[in-house]
Parts: sequence; structure tokens; C-alpha cells
Amino acid sequence: MTWVGKSALRKEGDSKLRGQAKYIDDISLSGMMHGITVRSPIARGLLKKIEYLPGVNWDEFITVTAKDIPGNNYVALIKKDQPYLVDEKINHPEEPILLLAHSNKHILEKARSLIKFHIESLPPVFTLEEAIKQDPIIWGTNNTFKSYAIDRGDVESAFKDAHILLEGTYETGAQEQLYIEPNGVIAIANEKEGVTIWGSMQCPYYVHKALVPLFNLPPEKIRVVQAETGGGFGGKEEYPSVISGHAALLSWKAKRPVKIIYDRMEDMVATTKRHPSKTRIKTAFDKNHKLIALDIDFTIDGGAYATLSSVVLSRGTLHASGPYFSSNIKIRSRALATNTPPHGAFRGFGAPQSLFAIEKHMEFCARELKLDPVKFRKLNFIKHGEILGCGQLVKEKIKLNSVVEKALIESDFHKKRKAFVKTNKNSPIKKGIGLAVFMHGAGFTGSGETFLASIAAVKATPEGKIEILTSNTEIGQGTNTIFSQMAADALNIDFSDIEVVQPDTAHVPNSGPTVASRTCMIVGKLVEQASKDLKQKLISAQLLKEKYTRKEFISACKKYIKEIGELKGSSQYKAPSHIVWDEQKYQGDAYGTYAWAAYVAETSTDTRTFETTVDKFWAVQEVGKVINPLLAKGQIIGGVAQGIGYALYEEVIWKEGRMANNKMSNYIMPTTLDVPEIEVHFLELPYSYGGGGSKGLGELPLDGPSPAILNAMEHALKITLRQIPMTPEKLMAQMEEINK
Amino acid sequence: MRAYLPDYSFHRAKTLTEAFSQLEAGAKPFAGGTDIMVLLDAGALPPDNYFDILAIKELQGIRSTKKALSLGALTTYSEIRNHKLIQSNFPILCASAREVGAIAIQNRGTIGGNIANSSPAADLPPGLLVYEAQINLISKRGLRTLDYTKFHLGYKKNELQKDELIHSITLKPEFQKHHHFWRKVGSRRSQAISKTMIAALAKVNRKRIEDIRIALGSVAPTAVRCLEVETFLKGKILSPSTILEAKKILSRDLHPIDDIRSTGKYRLIVSQNMLEEFLCGIG
Ligand SMILES: Cc1cc2nc3c(=O)[nH]c(=O)nc-3n(C[C@H](O)[C@H](O)[C@H](O)COP(=O)(O)OP(=O)(O)OC[C@H]3O[C@@H](n4cnc5c(N)ncnc54)[C@H](O)[C@@H]3O)c2cc1C
Repeated sequence: MTWVGKSALRKEGDSKLRGQAKYIDDISLSGMMHGITVRSPIARGLLKKIEYLPGVNWDEFITVTAKDIPGNNYVALIKKDQPYLVDEKINHPEEPILLLAHSNKHILEKARSLIKFHIESLPPVFTLEEAIKQDPIIWGTNNTFKSYAIDRGDVESAFKDAHILLEGTYETGAQEQLYIEPNGVIAIANEKEGVTIWGSMQCPYYVHKALVPLFNLPPEKIRVVQAETGGGFGGKEEYPSVISGHAALLSWKAKRPVKIIYDRMEDMVATTKRHPSKTRIKTAFDKNHKLIALDIDFTIDGGAYATLSSVVLSRGTLHASGPYFSSNIKIRSRALATNTPPHGAFRGFGAPQSLFAIEKHMEFCARELKLDPVKFRKLNFIKHGEILGCGQLVKEKIKLNSVVEKALIESDFHKKRKAFVKTNKNSPIKKGIGLAVFMHGAGFTGSGETFLASIAAVKATPEGKIEILTSNTEIGQGTNTIFSQMAADALNIDFSDIEVVQPDTAHVPNSGPTVASRTCMIVGKLVEQASKDLKQKLISAQLLKEKYTRKEFISACKKYIKEIGELKGSSQYKAPSHIVWDEQKYQGDAYGTYAWAAYVAETSTDTRTFETTVDKFWAVQEVGKVINPLLAKGQIIGGVAQGIGYALYEEVIWKEGRMANNKMSNYIMPTTLDVPEIEVHFLELPYSYGGGGSKGLGELPLDGPSPAILNAMEHALKITLRQIPMTPEKLMAQMEEINK
Repeated sequence: MRAYLPDYSFHRAKTLTEAFSQLEAGAKPFAGGTDIMVLLDAGALPPDNYFDILAIKELQGIRSTKKALSLGALTTYSEIRNHKLIQSNFPILCASAREVGAIAIQNRGTIGGNIANSSPAADLPPGLLVYEAQINLISKRGLRTLDYTKFHLGYKKNELQKDELIHSITLKPEFQKHHHFWRKVGSRRSQAISKTMIAALAKVNRKRIEDIRIALGSVAPTAVRCLEVETFLKGKILSPSTILEAKKILSRDLHPIDDIRSTGKYRLIVSQNMLEEFLCGIG
């Protein structure tokens, strides 16, 4: 029996269901203190003095400021610009200045209110426009974290020869990840034992990398363990390095374990969000409506520090031309600095922003050209043998047309498109149906995977069970289950014979971060290869034949361990020869492969209240081999719900660079009543370099819903909509504009 | 939890007498706690002494006589939703209770708390205004009854004195021949604070409006009866131009503001559109 392709039950499902799974706040260590972070009230300035007002006995508190840092005061990631604690310069609201610990969690809140910061304020930058003006300069020499340029063909002359030119500007807002469990860690840090962290996180080795310079300790003195994690969505990719460092600094000074758990308000106001973006697109078409030139200007707001913005920008840039072919392409992109908390990783990582722009633009062009939006798209789709915007030749077979056809048939697209126009006439509620077509490259961009050089291992236990050792985390998306399925098949044993070891940098190799759907596609493949490596050892030791039963395998493992010793297989990533990326020229095979998708949204807009609801949603995608259909479907459904939030509901309201609506009652995430039935269909075209034949699928449902939903609203309302979230207030303003 | 708990105290009052002495000592009533706990969690509740009133019999339950229905201050949204007589006589109250928060809040939140909290965005007041409810307040000094229209004085301000509790709400079932209309516009379908809401009643005889009452919430410092519009519409036969005029007049009764949830302009236009929806439905 094979396990890949079956809906095996979640490995950790039972303990989660019974409430036995231990999340970080369920853990308590003896002598443990609680820590809090006291943060900047303003966006930009110079810290002059910290005053401790009377009202508590300050001697009972552990206080940590930048001066207490034993090593280097920066959060090691890509650049070294972000301090753990403000030394003098404050660059965003809620920036950490002071850490407090006490054994009574509640008195900390009282102490927090008795801290007074004396700050000399400096002029801040809050918008992309202000950042571009460079008045003032708040980061580097020009407020720019990173910029990219892509040039192919001759855009200028294509524009001259064009039959028609069309231009539009598109904007997307910030979005909060809203994992169920807020950020939290426990640290034990002292000179003798070094630093140990247990926490809710996606990437233990990122935390590890950050703590080494913070404490100036050798890497083996730092240990990071992932506790059960209640969701991440990218929000626990880089941020846990910050909170872990803070807890460790307090523990270092207190010489006792310290726990820091953010409450929802702190998590929302102080941690990362999706990068807001602005994209200007100019397109040229010939008289047959073929796209002949594409000029894209893509800008994202990175917040106050560089963090991952350069990589987010890269993915956004490389996806900016969508699934369309044009022989002339010019793309300029940049990530800019503003005095808001740094924006960071969030499911899709830059692609939802640029794909929103191109898919909205193509819809706009179809309407301007008076063409059927489906036919128009098909005319311009990238084909096998053509070159994508990033310069990548499409070498593999693609099923884009079949994906689109399936979406159209399942949703009855053409019929509804006609019917709604009629029924809308006499109703205050206008129905629409809209399509978005897109692709998403899984795994790290360009040579990223080569640099990571991830390692995965499998190990036999004396009982004949197989343990999987990777640093990839289970954060609700199914890591444990799919790894077990892949290993079971590679070893030809049972799913129940496999156990996934808790990610702990003291015991697991660095298989890279849990991001970008690379866990399934890249690390899954490594798990398979490591399994085969282990099997080969048994065969070489003549304890196993090429063909064997499960029983034979188990006894061979036991025998090997008894007679020879440790039985372990491992595998390290090597880029397949078909992937060639030129970092200097910034072009080539940006991704090993792409998943392709067509999403359809059916919406109703009440023209009396300007409220839009999504009535039904169809998500059709080709994702390579589907490893676990139930988990895969769950990923898509959950993601589409998050995408609906991104499109219509979730608006971060900024006041002086600070999120003003940092509560779940005023940051509006859709509820079950706001999310419709979501139909999920998979097409499979196994990718031979992906674990079990998989590509990635986790990001697709954040890419597609917003353009599909706005396209449906445009169909219903006959207006052009170019920004998300399209809240009722914004829709009303747009409709008024048009009626003027 | 951002509050420092030792700064607060909490007792349970089992009888009205106990409650009165708590009030006398300066303590504050705590019913379902669904407004109070939000503030406490955010560290926005001033340290104080609280007393739980949930066990006080006199404040519990729905009582009906031929002439009136009395809703004890501790009546929950769920009790309102499920009550046969409220469903048939005061459907706006059922409809609005059904849209408060979600089930857990409906099981816990009380009508007394909703009224005493005096938020302009509270969902029950517009319905109580159009049904011309009476509110009964109790203290050591005795029971006093007010027209509900007189109760709310301004943003988070009301007639309740320091020594008083809300005792109950009295409703007279005299609207069998009326059209009842309720619409809440929040930011999503559940767990939503209203951006604007309308409760409206009308009795129409041969197309002529004999009686009409309109109240809106979230568009002024308190829920408001739209008396100017009512006066204008009374006795009229509805036509597109009367509706247009009514929408214009409505803007005089409202003072919506921009806040974190919406804009004043949106609230005004949508309120006008809801009025139109109501009027189109009765014409
Ligand atoms: C998740 C959530 C969703 C919500 N959604 C809505 C919604 O959709 N619509 C809406 O209108 N509200 C909503 N609320 C607010 C709240 O649930 C209601 O206002 C509720 O009716 C308050 O009643 P309570 O018994 O819980 O009041 P409490 O919190 O116990 O008290 C509120 C105030 O009233 C005072 N008080 C209570 N009872 C009396 C009394 N008998 N006499 C004098 N003073 C008294 C208290 O001292 C306090 O000041 C929501 C709250 C939450 C937490």
C-alpha cells in the first residue's frame, strides 16, 4: 500500500483534539519569571532617559536595556540594522526599549505604566510617497532597502508600435497573520549552560542564527526547540528571533527561566504584517490584442528595518508579469523604509501583491478592449517553450488551459456572467462572477535553495521505528503527516512506523526554514532520499533484500542497531541541473517549478449598504502530486478564507505609523458566516524533483481570491476597482466618484 | 490580561438589599460582564470594587401580563430571541438580539448591561425607542419609571443615579398591525459592532401612513428617534419624491462621526438608504 495520495490522519491530531498538546503557555518551569516588553510610544526620535516612577518596588524587577546586551545589539537576519533594544534611535512605534521581568505576571502590567521615556521626537516617514521624496531620510542613503530591475526586449519601441496602450495603478494594504496562538517563548540563559529557547515558531535555525551574535556565544551553546505551534502564516518566520532574544536577555540577567507571551493586542500592534504595495502597470497590445510590452513599477512598504523585505520584494518582482507572455518586459521594483513596525513574511510573500496588480490589470484591459476576459487571457497565456517575466524558459508541460476550463465548467462561469447582467437590472443587490489566473513558484527563489543546502535525516530506533529529523516545523499545515507518508512509501513500511522528532537544534539537522511551501516540495524530497539512504545501508549490510516485507524491514533495523550501531540515512539538497539562476543579472530559473491556478468568485454587492459578500468560490489548481487530499483541501479552504479577508475585510488602520485597530473586534477578519462554500479541485502533474511528486500549494489561496473577488464586483457594478481591502466605505466613495 | 487584578475586588450580591449596600459603598454592578471584561483585559477598566448581580431574583426573567411584558434587567439576548411573545409582538428585539456578537455573548450579555453601558453602538436601544418602552430603575428609595426615550442623555451618559440599578423594561404589545423593520450594518455577519442600524415601525392604511416610528443607532452620541422624519411622513402617501424628501430630512436627525469602524459619510448615506429600503417595503 502506498501512503502518498491518501488522506492519512494528522500525526499530532489526537493530542491536539484531546487538549494534550503542549503549547508554550502550557509550559511552566520552576523558578520561572514572566517578562514584558516596554515599547516606544512614538514613531521616530531619540531616547534621552528612562524614568522609573514610584508605585512598585523596583528592586523586585529585572530590567534590561540595550546596555545589558552581552554581545551585539542587532537581530541577525539579512542586514544588521534592527536592534534588539533601542539604544538611542527610535525608528517605529512600539519599538522595544526596555524589558522587565518579575515572578508575578500581573504586577508587570502595573510596572509598565510606571515607566516614562524621555524622547526627543524626529520627523517621521509614513507613506511610500514620503519615503520616495526622501524628506527626511530615515534609512540608508535613500530610504531604499532593495531594488530590482528586469529588462528584456525593447519596451520603448514596442510602446511606439502599439495598437493600444493601457495603464493602471493598483494598491494593496497591510494584513495581519492572525495565527490562533500569539508569539511566545521560554528562555533559559546563563554563562554556564548557554542559551536554550522553547517557543512557538516556524524556523528554529533562524532563531539560532540570531542568538549567536546577541550573546557572542559559540553556536553549540545555543539551543532552540520548537514547542507546539498554533499557526504561523509567515508571522512566525522572522519575528520569533526578536522575542526569543528578549526572553533570553532577561533570563541571562535574572539567572532564572523567563517566559514572554504576547497578548493579542501586543502581537497585533508590534509584530510583522504583510507589506502594503503599490504597482503601476503599463501595457501595449498589437491589433490582435496580443500583449507586446509590459512595463511594471512595483513598490512595497518595508517598515522601519530591512528584515526580509528584499526577499519579499524579489518574489513579488518575479511573479509580477503573472502567467502571461510578453517579449518586451521592463520591471522596476523597490522596498522602501517607513517609520512603522517592520513588515514581514506572510503566506505568499510578495506574490499576492504583484499578482493582484497584474490580474486586475488584465481584467481592465479586457474590458477596455471589449473582449471576453477569458478569451483575452488565453490569448496571452504563457506557453511551453516561452519565457516568463523573470527570464525563465518554460521547459515543463503546463496545464494552464485545463485548469481554467475546469474552473469555468465547475462554476458555470459563462452562463452566470450573462444571467447576472439581466437579474441585476431590477435588484438593489448586484451579483457578479469573476476569474483570476495565476501561478506560484514554490521553494526559495533563484539560488536560495543552493545556499541553504538543507539536510534532512531519518534514523531507526532500537524498536525498529523510523524517526524523521528535520528542522521543519508542524504549524498546523501538516508537516508531520506528509513527511511520514513520504517516508513510509520510500521505505515501503507503514505510516504508523514513522515518528517525526520535535525540531530541536541540538538534535535535528538544518533543513532550512518552514516557509514558501518548501517543506513538502524540497524537504519532502530530502526525507525520501534520506529514507532511501537508510534502506540502502540495510541492503549493503545484507540485512535486507531489494524486496521485503514490513516485518523484515523492522527486524533488519533492530539487527543493524544491535550488531553495527546507529542506523541513520541523510540527504543534502543539490539543485537539479535544469535550474540555472543568474543572481548578477537577476534572471533565469527563478523557481524549480510552478503551481498553476484559476480561481472563480461569485459575489453579491448590496448597493444600499455597499457590503459585498462572496456567495461561492471555486479554487482549481495544478499542484503536482497531491500528497494528502484532505490536508491539501484544508489548506486551500483556509487560505481562501484568509484571501477573502485580504480582499474585502481586513484593513490595518494606521495612525502615526501605529496600528490603531489592534483588536479582533476592530480588525475585521471574516467569520464562518462571511465565508461561503469553497469548492476545491486539484489537477495533478507530478514534479519529479518534489517530495512525493509535489509542487507547492500553500500560497495559492492568498494569490487568487482578491483579484477574482474584485473582478466579480466589477462585473456586477460595471466599475473599475484597483485597491484592497475594498471595504464598503471605499466602495461607496468609488461609486460616488463615478456617479458624479 | 493587562489589568493588575489585586487592584480590583469582586463580590456577589444575592439580594437587592445586599446590592443596595454595595452601591452605597461605591461598588459597581457586574451583570454578564461582556462589556466590563473587554475593558479589564485591555487594562482600560479603572481599578474599582464590583459586585455580581446575576443571582438577584427580582432582576431576572421575562414576565407577561395581558397588558404588558416585563423584561428583567438580567434578561439575556438568548432569552429574548427564544421568547414566543417577544417574537410575535416585538420582532425587532428578536432580530437585533439574534445579531448581537455571537451565541456565547448572547447567552451571557444582558439587556440591562446593554442599556446601562450606554454605547451609541448598542443594538437593543433603537428597538426599545420605537416600541416606546419604559424603563424601571430601583434603589433603596424605591422603584421609579421613566420613558425610555428620556433615559439616554449623551455619549455614555444616562439617567441612572449612583444608588440605582436598572430593574426592568416594560413593553406594551400594541403593534400587531404595524410593519416592523430592523437592519444592522456591521463590518461582518457576526461579532460585529454596528456602523449604523435602523429600527422602524409603521402602520399603513390604504397606502397612507397612519403611524410611523424610526430610530437609528451608531449615528449620534445616543440612539435617536428621528422625529422630524416621522412628522414629515405621518399622514402621507408614499411616493418616490416623499421618500427622497424623507432621506434628506433624516440627515438633520443624525450626527454621525468618523471613527475606527467607519466614516460619518458612510453612516449617513447608508442610514438614508436603509430608511428608503424600509419605506419601499411598506408602500
Ligand atoms: C465579543 C463581543 C461581542 C459583542 N457584540 C455586541 C453587539 O453585537 N451588539 C451590542 O449591542 N453589544 C455587543 N457587545 C457588548 C455587550 O455584550 C452588550 O452590551 C451586553 O448587553 C452587556 O451586558 P452585560 O450584562 O454583559 O454587561 P456588563 O459588562 O456586566 O455591564 C456593562 C455595564 O452596565 C452596568 N450594568 C449592568 N447591569 C446593570 C444593571 N442592572 N443596572 C445598572 N447597571 C448595570 C455595569 O456596571 C457596566 O457598567 C459585545 C461584547 C463582546 C465581548
